[in-house]
Amino acid sequence: MSATDTQPAPELHRPATQGMPMLHKAIFAALLVVLAVLPILVYPVFAMKVMCFALFAAAFNLLLGFGGLLSFGHAAYFGGASYVAAHASKVWGWSPELSILVGTLAAGILGLAIGALAIRRQGIYFAMVTLAFAQMVYFFALQAEFTGGEDGIQSVPRGSLFGLFPVDENEALYYLVLAITFGGILLLYRIVHSPFGQVLKAIRENEPRAVSLGYRVNRYKLTVFVLSATLAGLAGATKSQVFQLASLTDVHWSMSGEVVLMTLLGGVGTVFGPLLGATIVVTMQNYLASMGAWVTVIQGVIFVLGVLLFREGIIGVLSKWLKRPL
Amino acid sequence: MKTYVLGALTVASFALPAAAQDAMDVKLGVLNDRSGVYADLSGEGSVVAARMAVADFGAADKGLNVEVISADHQNKPDVASNIARQWYDQDGVDAILDVPTSSAALAVADITAQENKILIDSGAGSTQLTGEQCQPTTIHWTYDTAALAKGTGGAVTEGGDAKWFFLTADYAFGHSLEEETSKVVAEAGGEVVGTVRHPFPATDFSSFLLQAQGSGADVIGLANAGGDTVNAIKQASEFGITQAGQSLAALLMFITDVHALGAETAQGLVLTEAFYWDHDDDTRAWSARFEEEFGSKPTMVHAGVYSGTMHYLRAVEATGSTEGDVVAEWMKANPFDDPLFGEGYVRKDGRVIHDMHLYEVKSPDESTGEWDLYNLVATIPGEEAFLPMEGSGCAFANAG
Amino acid sequence: MFELLGVPPQVLMGQLLLGLINGSFYAVLSLGLAVIFGLLNIINFSHGAQYMLGAFVAWMLLEYLGISYWWALLLAPVIVGATGLVLEKLALRRLYHLDHLYGLLLTFGVALIIQGLFRNYYGISGLPYQIPDQLSGGQNLGFMFLPNYRGWVVVASVVVCFGTWFVIEKTKLGAYLRAATENPTLVGAFGINVPLMIMLTYGFGVALAGFAGVLAAPIYSVNPNMGADLIIVVFAVVVIGGMGSIMGAIVTGFGLGIIEGLTKVFYPAGSAVVIFVIMAIVLMIKPEGLFGRNA
Repeated sequence: MSATDTQPAPELHRPATQGMPMLHKAIFAALLVVLAVLPILVYPVFAMKVMCFALFAAAFNLLLGFGGLLSFGHAAYFGGASYVAAHASKVWGWSPELSILVGTLAAGILGLAIGALAIRRQGIYFAMVTLAFAQMVYFFALQAEFTGGEDGIQSVPRGSLFGLFPVDENEALYYLVLAITFGGILLLYRIVHSPFGQVLKAIRENEPRAVSLGYRVNRYKLTVFVLSATLAGLAGATKSQVFQLASLTDVHWSMSGEVVLMTLLGGVGTVFGPLLGATIVVTMQNYLASMGAWVTVIQGVIFVLGVLLFREGIIGVLSKWLKRPL
Repeated sequence: MKTYVLGALTVASFALPAAAQDAMDVKLGVLNDRSGVYADLSGEGSVVAARMAVADFGAADKGLNVEVISADHQNKPDVASNIARQWYDQDGVDAILDVPTSSAALAVADITAQENKILIDSGAGSTQLTGEQCQPTTIHWTYDTAALAKGTGGAVTEGGDAKWFFLTADYAFGHSLEEETSKVVAEAGGEVVGTVRHPFPATDFSSFLLQAQGSGADVIGLANAGGDTVNAIKQASEFGITQAGQSLAALLMFITDVHALGAETAQGLVLTEAFYWDHDDDTRAWSARFEEEFGSKPTMVHAGVYSGTMHYLRAVEATGSTEGDVVAEWMKANPFDDPLFGEGYVRKDGRVIHDMHLYEVKSPDESTGEWDLYNLVATIPGEEAFLPMEGSGCAFANAG
Repeated sequence: MFELLGVPPQVLMGQLLLGLINGSFYAVLSLGLAVIFGLLNIINFSHGAQYMLGAFVAWMLLEYLGISYWWALLLAPVIVGATGLVLEKLALRRLYHLDHLYGLLLTFGVALIIQGLFRNYYGISGLPYQIPDQLSGGQNLGFMFLPNYRGWVVVASVVVCFGTWFVIEKTKLGAYLRAATENPTLVGAFGINVPLMIMLTYGFGVALAGFAGVLAAPIYSVNPNMGADLIIVVFAVVVIGGMGSIMGAIVTGFGLGIIEGLTKVFYPAGSAVVIFVIMAIVLMIKPEGLFGRNA
């Protein structure tokens, strides 16, 4: 994403310090209300899956939409964190919040190591470096002893929050997942609209200019990379607690592709786009499961139509139409 | 979601409240691979087999209102566990059928036990299902890697090809297949002269085959599956491995794979299966009906889904319950005599004991049709084919 | 006898030769990708699917029309190339002025569609395709048995690769092509139909994938997923060679085939990841690739 003319991110026409615009406040509030009553309407595990992927896509969007860096290896952090969290819960017997924490930290450290190397390259080369490292992480997950090869880590116990509140029941776990993902998404919002986020935008729009203004561009890029990897890890670690397993699916390169699809479909560089994109993709995979290979075909058609007709994504188009950043 | 309602209408409209028996709702979910590597050997064919079992059982006449639904787990344990949970929690599914891919099967077995339902697995091969990770509500119907190792490994070694070289897919499934076969080979007086572990999946096997050729082994054991096995065999024939005197033993292969290779390339290959359509009059008759519905011959996985569903429905009819522990207990207490698998029974740990058969692929001259592929070499009695329950690591079955 | 890390030299020779053969596929496929990227600036992620299409077209020609391997070797690339022309005309054309990302995503979507459709109609087990009679059998080279067909694969690939290189780098047509990518307006002003030329170039790149597919049909399983994982490996080859460098793609293709072959002897499990390790190293040290002109 080096070419600025293709960058669909709508600008926020207000200083970052002024806080959240009313419209966004309203949308977040409405979302929270809907999510709070959602378990009555839909199956909680499905809703939790959607939320995990929404956070994953939002974390990815931080890097692509606001950092202007296309990573093709985000599955490494998502899946890596899910393995670590699952291992912590199952083998060490840690409580869910600690497992999620250690998984998230592991993703952050992995992100730091890979990011430090990857940010030295740009555009497609950056994407390829991240892919290369993600393939190595996949190879490690396949070979290492503790990941259980292609069986993954199964039967991860859900345990009790802080060792006190059991989250075995879907409903109890649901509100934990809701708190984590919603918190993560608000944090992302905060990052994007902070002075840090503004500098990121400046770098994305015109890197040489940011350099000449005295910003240490690489430090900013690395920070955003690590933040994105960490939050992707948070999503993956949470998912491992929901499904009680960690598997190769989460580290495979097609997962890296899927998160691009979600973000693109919803709208790169928008606040709510990745959430919607993730919801659509996960819902589709869930409800079309009996259609077999047709799901692949439909996903392909969405990719093609998305690129040809609405590159700004659904929320991007909506935002243009409403003339408001979303 | 596609659903097949069988006989529901008739039962609903004619069953009077005062009748001896109210219609009992039973929902079966066929959860398998509908788009990936196992789609041909399980897939829609397993759904057809389950529907045939419901019809043949005469469920509607016996007061059972049976519905069969299906979904694609894409061979991913997370997708499988997601669907399984949803089926049990939301959709009122009573039993899940088929579930190929060991990782997915293990995930589903876990959830099934938690929910006190039944898993009748036909497509997966892991001995873990009735071993360390066994569950009282898991019934493992068709085959497992130990039975395949026993059949192929034992027969080949005793036939004089005592020196083995393994071409192993480098993941847990391949490792366990290799390990189990090695044990059988050693017991039968053979030896393993070498092993090469190839990445999974792989397309080019020439390098590994060359290593196998240089090892001086009599037989190359293919401890892999699906496309890997097909590619390895194709290339072995190309590199003249078999002409040079080494033979090939496929440790997991289905008739669909042999069909994909064609008799020309696959001839002489030795493999173990639980079911072959041309085995006897019963299997031929059933397979002909299956082919009419589905368009091709059934695999042993399809056959396993059919027989497993039959036995399950018998249990539901007899116990009047769909509770997992109740049904499982009945299924284990009552042996079956099945048109497809012969006489057999469900062992305490959930392992179904029935005969296994060793086949050799026919040469093109012998083969009279595209599906006429096997000659029967030997039948391995069920008691010998499968691992003994003692020492399997299954805690609940070995306790007390 | 002299041994290298416990491997006798004749075994090593055999493995090197096999690596070279596999490298032939990488070379032809990465050449196609490099041509498309170098001249169109499109990252053709449907290349693997088009490779699969080549193998399937060869199979269909034989199955439905009784057309032999030799004719398929000519016809299948033309047919696959023609589908490429349609794709370029209807979709890719609209993306040239945009970021690489969009071309990549679009062609990735196309790959999903093609693979999904073939899975629906032909299943996944694969279809049989025999080696042509003229090339069955093999030669005993002393250190190994070389099937005639594998020898043919190397010869055919080398001819096609260097033929393509020659046309693009050394002929007038190639000069026009290269000029057209640098400055389409100027070349258009000389009366050359630039859009048509670009379209044909894409068609040619895709035809190369189809050609590789036909070459692969007799030795690898013909199934809808045969190109799915290959694409990222081939893509890595192009990146290592230098994006858009024709010679880079060819040499790296053969070279990585050999390196992968050696890995299969010394650390078989690592052969799936070695290319990515090399890619990471190359990108770190020489980001423009081994043969790239600029970063």
